[in-house]
Amino acid sequence: MAVAFDEMNIPGGDLRPAYRELARWLRETPPEALDYRRQEAELLFRRIGITFAVYGDTESTERLIPFDVIPRIMSGKEWTLLEKGLKQRVRALNMFLRDIYHGRDILRAGIVPDDLIFQNPVFRPEMNGQEVPHDVYVHIAGIDIVRVDAEDFIVLEDNARTPSGVSYMLENREIMMRLFPDLFARHRVAPVERYPDELLAALRSVAPHSASSEPTVALLTPGVYNSAYYEHSFLADKLGIELVEGRDLVVKNNEVFMRTTEGMKRVDVIYRRVDDDFLDPLTFRPDSVLGVPGLMSAYAAGNITLANAVGTGIADDKAIYSYMPDIVQFYLGEEPILKNVPTWRCREPKDLAYVLDNLGDLVVKEVHGSGGYGMLIGPAATKATIEAFREKLKREPEGFIAQPTLALSTCPTCTAAGLAPRHVDLRPFVLTGSKGTTIVPGGLTRVALKEGSLVVNSSQGGGTKDTWILDE
Amino acid sequence: MLSRTAENLYWLARYVERAEYLARTIDATLRVTALPAAYVGKTNEWDSALLTAGVAASFYQAYEEANEDNVVEYLSFSPNNPSSIRNCIEAARLNSRSVRTALTSEMWDTINSAWIELQAVWSKGTSTREDLAKFLRFVQETSLRFDGSAYRTMLRNDAYWFSRMGVHLERADNTARILDVKYHVLLPEAEHVGGPLDFYQWSSILRSVSALTAYHWVYRETLKPWLIADLLILNDTLPRSLASCYGNLVRNLDQIGVAYGRQGPAQRHARGIRNRLEHSNMNDIFQHGVHEFIQEFIADNSRLGEIITKQYLI
Repeated sequence: MAVAFDEMNIPGGDLRPAYRELARWLRETPPEALDYRRQEAELLFRRIGITFAVYGDTESTERLIPFDVIPRIMSGKEWTLLEKGLKQRVRALNMFLRDIYHGRDILRAGIVPDDLIFQNPVFRPEMNGQEVPHDVYVHIAGIDIVRVDAEDFIVLEDNARTPSGVSYMLENREIMMRLFPDLFARHRVAPVERYPDELLAALRSVAPHSASSEPTVALLTPGVYNSAYYEHSFLADKLGIELVEGRDLVVKNNEVFMRTTEGMKRVDVIYRRVDDDFLDPLTFRPDSVLGVPGLMSAYAAGNITLANAVGTGIADDKAIYSYMPDIVQFYLGEEPILKNVPTWRCREPKDLAYVLDNLGDLVVKEVHGSGGYGMLIGPAATKATIEAFREKLKREPEGFIAQPTLALSTCPTCTAAGLAPRHVDLRPFVLTGSKGTTIVPGGLTRVALKEGSLVVNSSQGGGTKDTWILDE
Repeated sequence: MLSRTAENLYWLARYVERAEYLARTIDATLRVTALPAAYVGKTNEWDSALLTAGVAASFYQAYEEANEDNVVEYLSFSPNNPSSIRNCIEAARLNSRSVRTALTSEMWDTINSAWIELQAVWSKGTSTREDLAKFLRFVQETSLRFDGSAYRTMLRNDAYWFSRMGVHLERADNTARILDVKYHVLLPEAEHVGGPLDFYQWSSILRSVSALTAYHWVYRETLKPWLIADLLILNDTLPRSLASCYGNLVRNLDQIGVAYGRQGPAQRHARGIRNRLEHSNMNDIFQHGVHEFIQEFIADNSRLGEIITKQYLI
């Protein structure tokens, strides 16, 4: 594996300009002061109750995501490029979804193979021919970005279903501003607090035609036991909208209502944080108690907007991912600004053969997996693990893709032994409404806290950092 | 607002109020039982603590005898007692989490901090009386903080009124239950025997509704059972009296009625109970039987709970 790109230090001893002031501040600040603020930050997180649940963990149902107080910094110039690339990518994702559920030009052109769509469990035939307001399918996208050098931004994966983590972006900033006012005074950091407003505006802009001029928006959560429940309640609060569960909603005459203390009230837009499968027991999983019976018929009747739309999984599927550069080209006629990680599709015999020969050097991921579960990191795995994985791969090659192990960039991070470089990624949140796409400058930086580790997922011991875009 | 949100706010307030009431009951019982036997008589005060908490039946399924150790354990910490203080705080936290958007950050912080302390400090219960005293103070302070932050930080809208209704309905139930268990020591005949034994019984009743000092300010008299009953039932200046609770319930329900532009059975039922309290005097109540009066009140009060649930919460 190549030497990781260090976002702060230039080999030879110089600092990258964006980090100069931070480095000066770190030299002036005694380690005890930093340590004290770390503890304070943890206390704040616990008191505010910013926790998440780890499934299958009986020890404690609520855990804190470790927060690292050293910010991750990017220059305004870098951000401008990244922002342009993200907008391009999300536009292509939306056009792809519109096409897949309508004309299917891209299949006829032979760019994406048919069976990858039609035999894909996340393809929703219910969406065929379904109109969605302003042709927006992915209202909220979380695009995972990594860097391996100073020039390029690489997309690790697109999250087009119910991406989470934005509450950490907002809370991390709040807590940093509380703990390090002096550090902020020495930088010009672009603010992120507009996000809830922009999200609400985007959601209201896609209300169905039958809605009143003041559409009612609600956030649908699976409930308090969901791992991202804190985020759901946080966002509902910031947006000033009701946080509803399936049992709070009823469908009558193809309209959706919520039960209130004053009777039934119509809902026009649902920002849903419930997966497709659980939305409506009459259409999808009949055993789901999280959903709303009849929701899909109200959706088909055009009386409710779901954000994100149903069936967006077909765009962020890891097998489709490998076609993204072609998809961008096809719809926009532009060169993709953001790169893809080179990807071997194990469904293709030639690729499979290569992957089987090089398992020790590759990262192999399940096409439908998420959260860092079920993947093989070749260089870090034992021989036995690799062999077991090989059998799995041979049995069901179409379920996997493989990528080279990327040397994710590093940022200085607090560790038991003082500041040390740790690998990071970045998830910016891209909003699309009737008036186009907006992105607040920044996103959620996730950091692999274990030395050498490349897994940044919070469910696997990753932490988060505040992300600063400098306003030059 | 969402019916489920209103329901959670209402129950959240009830759980916190109940936790405080249990803490007061334990505290008052500890004081009486610490007295020499000559002052307390032969009644088992721990047994009546269970009765006032309404959990005697389930307690005796698990224990043979009611004594300090096992009653304190059962009322404070037992996971098997659905309304132990621990379970009240757990339930309050779960309800708070479900309605975080309707709580102010101060209210959330109170409940969340209490829940964290419950786990960090009190997970093993208490081993000494000093510890127990500290625990009971912690519970009462949590309730005070919760009430205070609700009062000082909540918008005066339906969320606030539903939460206050939870407080007053629970409070009325608690006060009525003490009277229900202890009414016999308040009967006029008992005045003849008004020895030291009764004095401590009476002061214990007042203490469990934090009204001992209030009594002296209101009546400027030595403790008289007649007046104690008057204070707890009819005196609307005492926040824990039945009359005061119903004054507040009627007001909160009216505020909701005005905000929503319509009234319903809950408003009518609450007014009915308040009118009865307003037009009663202790003479009549003693004539017709304190016990019957209280039992009828408890039934009426819980019926109001059901009506509110039906009208607003489901």
